Amino acid sequence: MELWMKIGSAILLVIMLIVIFPRARQMIAESPKGSAKEWLSALIPLALVAAFVVLLVMMV
Amino acid sequence: MSTPELVRTRAIESTLATNKLIRNTYTLLSMTLLFSALTAGVSVWLRMPPMTYLLGLGGAFLLIWLVLPRTANSASGLGVVFAITGLLGFSLGPLLSVYLSLANGPQIVGMAFAGTGVIFLGLSGYALTTRKDFSFMGGFLITGFLVVLMAALANIFLQIPALALAISAAVIFIMSGFILYDTSRMVHDRGETNYLLATISIYLSIFNIFVHLLHILGVMGGDD
Repeated sequence: MELWMKIGSAILLVIMLIVIFPRARQMIAESPKGSAKEWLSALIPLALVAAFVVLLVMMV
Repeated sequence: MSTPELVRTRAIESTLATNKLIRNTYTLLSMTLLFSALTAGVSVWLRMPPMTYLLGLGGAFLLIWLVLPRTANSASGLGVVFAITGLLGFSLGPLLSVYLSLANGPQIVGMAFAGTGVIFLGLSGYALTTRKDFSFMGGFLITGFLVVLMAALANIFLQIPALALAISAAVIFIMSGFILYDTSRMVHDRGETNYLLATISIYLSIFNIFVHLLHILGVMGGDD
């Protein structure tokens, strides 16, 4: 990656971090706690997504 | 009207509003995805330089942060949404050109496209049909996203290929979580009542999954 692209990308990421951080703090504070069952119901489809990506990699 | 009737009427109104929000969001999402694909095609055809990716992303995020919040409740908000998705699609041109130039490039791009579609439809379908509340994931997802952003920032200068792959895998995982989270917010009426904002949220998740799936497939399946 050329230097100016690196610098531009870094600036964009820093700005994103600065803009997103206050919203992130609010989301973290307001997020309800999930039970173990609720986390399992979320992690199972996400695990399937991970397995699907592995399958795609094997197919390429 | 008696109290039970009032409660029932309000529940019906709430359900209708939720269904309308979901319908409008997915209709607009399909239109913006098509528009985005069109602008991406134009960008590839015009052989836009690599700088287009950075400028497109920067421009789109400026619109998201500064313009969209002010126009989300007006008619011009629709134009802003198409401007955002059009810019993001256009910014993909240089990236797609690089992958298409690989020996199995069209296959990689096609698989990334199809894979993104399957992931989105599967997760959305799961959230809509099970009607589970995934609002508890918000804090976890945004924290993960911040960590990924910081890792990506560091890797711009470290240039570690394995870290880049790990970041892409993490982004796909987090954005998949956001699809569940955003869909659940619409279904359970948890603060998302504007279909323009809901569309952009889900669009960004799909966009990020596509870009990072393309990266993973390009590295693992590319001709080096």
